[in-house]
Amino acid sequence: MPLRVEPRLVASPAIAAMVPPLAVLATVVASGVLFALLGYPVGRTLYAFFAQPLTSVNGWSELALKAAPLAMMGAALAAGFQANVWNIGAEGQLTLGAIAGGGVALAMPDAHGFWVLPVVCLAGLLGGMAWAAIPAILRTRLGVNEILTSLMLTYVATLALSALVFGPWKDPEGYSLPQSPLFSDAATLRPLIARTRLTAGTLLEFAAPVAIWFALRYALIGFKIRSSGAAPEAAAYAGFTRASVVWTVLLLSGGAAGLAGVLEVTGPIGQLIPQITPGYGFTAIIVAFLGRLHPLWIIPASLLVALSYIGGDTAQVSSGLPKGAAGVVQGLLLFFPLAADFLVRNRIRRVA
Amino acid sequence: MTTPRLELRRLTRRFGSFTANDAIDLSIAPGEIHALLGENGAGKSTLVKMVYGVLRPDDGEILWEGAVAPPLDPSAARALGIGMVFQHFSLFEAMSVAENVALGLDHPGPMPALAERIRAVSTTYGLPLDPRREVHTLSVGERQRIEIVRCLLAEPRLLVMDEPTSVLTPSEVGTLFETLRRLADEGCSILYISHKLQEILALCETATVLRAGRVVARCDPRREDAAGLARLMMGEPRSGATEPHKAARAVAAPRGTPRLTLDGLDLPSRAPGEVALRSVSLKVRAGEILGIAGIAGNGQTELFAAVTGGRQATGASDVLIDERSCGHLGASARRALGLCSVPEERNGHAAVPNFSLADNAMLTAHRRGGLMRRGLLRRGAATDFANRAIADYNVRCGGPGALAATLSGGNLQKFIVGREIMQAPGVLVVAQPTWGVDVGAASVIHQALIALAGAGTAVLLISQDLDELLALCHLLAVLHAGMLSPVRPADALGVGEIGLLMGGVSNEADPGAAEAHAA
Repeated sequence: MPLRVEPRLVASPAIAAMVPPLAVLATVVASGVLFALLGYPVGRTLYAFFAQPLTSVNGWSELALKAAPLAMMGAALAAGFQANVWNIGAEGQLTLGAIAGGGVALAMPDAHGFWVLPVVCLAGLLGGMAWAAIPAILRTRLGVNEILTSLMLTYVATLALSALVFGPWKDPEGYSLPQSPLFSDAATLRPLIARTRLTAGTLLEFAAPVAIWFALRYALIGFKIRSSGAAPEAAAYAGFTRASVVWTVLLLSGGAAGLAGVLEVTGPIGQLIPQITPGYGFTAIIVAFLGRLHPLWIIPASLLVALSYIGGDTAQVSSGLPKGAAGVVQGLLLFFPLAADFLVRNRIRRVA
Repeated sequence: MTTPRLELRRLTRRFGSFTANDAIDLSIAPGEIHALLGENGAGKSTLVKMVYGVLRPDDGEILWEGAVAPPLDPSAARALGIGMVFQHFSLFEAMSVAENVALGLDHPGPMPALAERIRAVSTTYGLPLDPRREVHTLSVGERQRIEIVRCLLAEPRLLVMDEPTSVLTPSEVGTLFETLRRLADEGCSILYISHKLQEILALCETATVLRAGRVVARCDPRREDAAGLARLMMGEPRSGATEPHKAARAVAAPRGTPRLTLDGLDLPSRAPGEVALRSVSLKVRAGEILGIAGIAGNGQTELFAAVTGGRQATGASDVLIDERSCGHLGASARRALGLCSVPEERNGHAAVPNFSLADNAMLTAHRRGGLMRRGLLRRGAATDFANRAIADYNVRCGGPGALAATLSGGNLQKFIVGREIMQAPGVLVVAQPTWGVDVGAASVIHQALIALAGAGTAVLLISQDLDELLALCHLLAVLHAGMLSPVRPADALGVGEIGLLMGGVSNEADPGAAEAHAA
């Protein structure tokens, strides 16, 4: 019996509102089945995965620490996705932000004063923007697809960071390890709360989605972005040039990634090392879609994804769950909301 | 008398309550080149689709070489010996010529042999074509040759050509005509569809003229002139419809300063299929409505873009709004100078389908309508603005929160026209404002345009609807192949003359009238 997919004329808002909780529930159930099939105690593994990280202050603070850069980058990327601009190189822009900010910090190890940290952060922001400007120029001048260029530049950025910390920026007193000297105190973010690693940067990162939401909804610039994505010809007719929208969203998402990068190295890490990110730039894309490209929904989405990452680590330690299985659970977490969204908007019918 | 190759008897096709073809009789002899002539929407395409088996007739019969043909589909039509070259090609850009030809044949055979046949046919008929070339490297004329060669390989006895020259350069047209004459000499009948009068005069032996779905005339083009054919094609204007508006426009005495000036506007073509504008000049004064007539695809889209700022002119002073150069400015800047516009396509161009009417008000009226302050949107003001447009222009919808896509064509068009007029434009450029719109909405839109001009706005109306142009405009000009005829008072232009200009027949007669007006 052949099946056919057809769009629903009216998507039910009540059902649409139930998608996020149902999708999380489905993820938990499917994960339980997976654990059972692999021969792990279902209850204990699920607990380790989804609940144990939330049982301590430290667990919550680690969750926030991991979710914050995802929230900021996810919201900025979502603005671009709404305009049909596909920056998937936030990972590289994040790395460039860390290099630029870290470079400034290393260049003035003896500087003092409240101004040092803002200067370092500004350098990181500009570094990320500069890296995103390359796909922007190529797209607006030569029509090169930004998906390819932004992704390729990620590898360039990662290798550049390695070259620097293995070479000129290597700490001479670091026992030949590939790492830079620690940044000066003036260039390091201090934890806000004792015994956690949360900094002012974390707060800034959670505030960014709110600001982006406001701009998209209430500012002309956001209106330009939304209309350019929804109907490019209508936006051009209104006088919103495509090139200016492409530049705006690429600089926004590149800047957000660069800032996230510099906040990582001046905050929890404190120096430049070859691996400054566990793939935040790519995970932020998942977060953006999990939050359905809505900047406010992206905040809980970032927490959920961060939980799945921390939970994966916890379950590996406490239940001996393989790393691959943790990856599958993270995949399910993205799969269910997207599949549910599809079914809310379409229906599958048998055709005789 | 020989048996006709194809004979149509009282062929009728309806779409709902609309009769696209009403009892069409037509007969083509072997080796005859037969023209099918008519305006846009006269029913030419419907008729040839029935001949080629794409559409089924509701009534009447098709006779092929004297015998009644069974109900056709395209492959049965090809088996009979009917070949068709469509106006829009269906070719795969990334494949070679031979591969594309193979896809269109019912029995292509092995590729090397096919390539050889393509080469043979193309040299025989003077259609040079390399079977190995990939389609994306070919010009539009060469692409059309693929379609023709594809038909010729099947050795057709009737070749249907739907507006084949609309995309060709003059020298390519010459080559095509030689090929067609040669085919006819060999006994192949040709049904040639066009509204270009000169071509029909040059090529065809008989012509059937359609108007509003009926055959209005059969003639021998060799014994007619272009003016005669144009009159047959256009008919006389429906005088009753135009009279009330004539009175209205007489009231507005158009003697203001020029608000919109095009001065030798050139716009190059950037892609195949785009029409280049060549030295387009006109002036629209306060209170005037200037109409641009012409058949679709003669540069209307490009002219709209060049005037409204969708594309920049080659020279800043090619376009002037209230005597200020603005050819180099974008759409926003021209809007700020007072130029508002209504594009032809409602959904996706004039409005964002998935945005509410309030957001669609924001789209163009954010500055002139005061819907924005310091870069922030004034949502309440946008809702009020949309509400006023809905009330003043009688838009039937679910309120300012309704999505544009949920409105009927006529209601959305009334909203869009209202949105632009409420911005108090100095110049309004309107393209096809009543295309596909019901009579009531069309009347609301027409009255709004007349009132706007009466209040001192210069209106440029680009339309293919001759009745609309004659009813509303003080001045008329015709766009053909990217060139604009001299602007003339609408009363001074006869329908026959407009038809001639639309068909690309330039007239040297009476240049003094145009200059007298421009002075």
